[in-house]
Amino acid sequence: MEPLGWGAIIGRMFVQFIPVWIALALVFLVSIRFKKRLGLYGKLMNSPVGMIGLALVLFWVFTALFADWVATFAPLDQVAQLKNKAPGLPHPEIEGAYYLLGGDNLGRDVFSRMVYGSQSVLSIAPLATLFAFMVGVTLGLPAGYLGGRMDAGLSFLANLVLAFPVILLFYLLVTPEMRETGIPQVMAGVLFLFPIIFFWVFFYSRYETRPELMWPLLAGTVVFGGWAYSGLAFNADPTGVFAMDANLLNVFVSVVFVNSPGVFRIVRGLAMDIKTRDYVAAAQTRGEGPFYIMLWEILPNARGPLIVDFCLRIGYTTILLGTLGFFGLGVSPESPDWGSTINEGRKLLSIYPHPALPPALALMSLVLGLNFLADGLREQSLKD
Amino acid sequence: MTTFLLRRVGGMVLTALCLTFVVFFLTNLDPNLEKLAKSEGSVRMSDADVESWLDKNGFSQPLLVRYGQWLGVVPYKHPAPDSDATVTCRAAEPGEEPPTFCGVLEGYWGYSTVFKDRVGGIIGGKIAATGVLMFWVMVVMVPMALLIGVLAGMREGSRTDRSLSTFSIATTATPEYVSGVLFIVIFASSVGGLRWFKGTATSAIDSGVTFENFTLPVLTMALYGMGYIARMTRASMAEVMTAQYIRTARLKGVRFRDVVLKHALRNALIAPFTVIMLQFPWLLTGVVIVETLFNYKGFGWLLVQAAGNNDIDLLLGCSVVAVFVVLVTQLISDIGYVYLNPRIRVR
Repeated sequence: MEPLGWGAIIGRMFVQFIPVWIALALVFLVSIRFKKRLGLYGKLMNSPVGMIGLALVLFWVFTALFADWVATFAPLDQVAQLKNKAPGLPHPEIEGAYYLLGGDNLGRDVFSRMVYGSQSVLSIAPLATLFAFMVGVTLGLPAGYLGGRMDAGLSFLANLVLAFPVILLFYLLVTPEMRETGIPQVMAGVLFLFPIIFFWVFFYSRYETRPELMWPLLAGTVVFGGWAYSGLAFNADPTGVFAMDANLLNVFVSVVFVNSPGVFRIVRGLAMDIKTRDYVAAAQTRGEGPFYIMLWEILPNARGPLIVDFCLRIGYTTILLGTLGFFGLGVSPESPDWGSTINEGRKLLSIYPHPALPPALALMSLVLGLNFLADGLREQSLKD
Repeated sequence: MTTFLLRRVGGMVLTALCLTFVVFFLTNLDPNLEKLAKSEGSVRMSDADVESWLDKNGFSQPLLVRYGQWLGVVPYKHPAPDSDATVTCRAAEPGEEPPTFCGVLEGYWGYSTVFKDRVGGIIGGKIAATGVLMFWVMVVMVPMALLIGVLAGMREGSRTDRSLSTFSIATTATPEYVSGVLFIVIFASSVGGLRWFKGTATSAIDSGVTFENFTLPVLTMALYGMGYIARMTRASMAEVMTAQYIRTARLKGVRFRDVVLKHALRNALIAPFTVIMLQFPWLLTGVVIVETLFNYKGFGWLLVQAAGNNDIDLLLGCSVVAVFVVLVTQLISDIGYVYLNPRIRVR
């Protein structure tokens, strides 16, 4: 069979992405139709930059979801004849199948690996950012609202972590020796407690006077949280729904650890600003407890900047994960994630550039999308 | 000002102590020491052999004591000359009396197991190489970032502003390992067709910096940091442009160019100065990536070698330098902020 030209390659990639196009079109049709009723998200539909950002992010989200349909081959399938071969060559055995973006140094399909890479990136980055937010919010709100010695101590600790060069911290934390000592488990044990604490205080402070509602919510928090906690932090979930292997846990914990002081600083600043407002004074006069004020008065009013920062921070976390992959830290060499694919591809970059380019462009477009989305959200939330 | 300085320096020293202790703890974990024993002794050591090797070389003392010794505030227990200990305080020349204290504070940074040389000397050489890179990065990055920021912020919401802001968002979204790869493919590979520059900067160390071997690494690093500074400059410029005194100047009939250059610029540049200073810890990550990608043997490359080969003394040395750079730039940014901004007077 003849190798494909660039036009045919692009055409075939477009066809492979059809599930993604359909999903994107549906989301945008529905969002634009109902934009008046969708609050901040609906307003995003008025800003071109925000829409481009959302489209880029959703493109990769849907690619990750439909990876099995979009990809042409499995991420680890090797074909010896197609090692380092240029884009568009036909598969030697399967009729009508092509390596659309060429083969890498082990003869694996670059296109499919890029598609599957989106799965590994998008399953870690948002979740790690969410955990970092839980830690940052749970510590930052009391530090900003109550102040005092606890604030001084926590701020010192946060500045300590922030003064650490990120790359050095990764080289120290994400190592096989580290996993031997069990320190990641300890860190996970501490960091993963914060969501449970957060939701406990969240429900307790609101429904203190309505025990019939409070106890089920608290019980739910403890049962579900404890279940996830045992599985994620200690791999002790009997049902096996929540599990994380040691490598992944190490990477995950390090990324959460690096991100949380930044969130802490932002939340603390916002809390210090908002606590001077009149509605906080009103709540204090009503005799509300400090935790009610923090979680049900201050936090909802800080949501604008926090959502923007959340988007930016997912992008930053994606970059961090890519950095880890680039240095081969904590990921298995077969993993299709974008950072390690770039790292593998760069070794032969000046002769065979095609294996490194697709993951590099993919990572860039995802982070760009998140940044545009954050910019659009900021612009729209300032218009209120 | 003096008390402010003293307090800042005190906090800095405390931070430095905490950070170096964390690094010391993390590099001296039991599995690391076992690996060191096996690489220095022999690979087939039994657990008992490892134990006795560590004991002989002073690694069995409590962690705090060893940290004190490394720092140079606790007397170093030199092994007896007839014992076959291999790890010693490599402070003294042969025949010289070994000093009681030999730690970082006395200038004895230890001995690298990879390069078989004193850590202090190695790090000094590599920092010089990285300094050259950083100098050119700053020369390219800072003026461009300020120019973009000022141009974008002087007429907020205009078309120039929109396109320049989009550009700076795009650069912050492109980490070094992406832009570096793109640059090499476009400008230095057979595929891009343009062989304008070299894809490695190795030759810059021996035969000096040339346009050909340094453009790509400098551009790669400058681009990522630039977007952030530009956005800060833009925000600060846009804020200044709405100030009362600018309106007064405009109403007085001063030309727009003069308003920007003479009235707005100086006040608008206070915030970016702090940001540029605080960029240094970020730039360190960039240095490591760029030096690995372009194979430039500087400080970042050294850090990767030390971490990859379990070279404890060297890694500790690198960390001290990194922590020092970060803290000093923070201090400079604080002082500079007070100095540049006449509205803040710290007593």
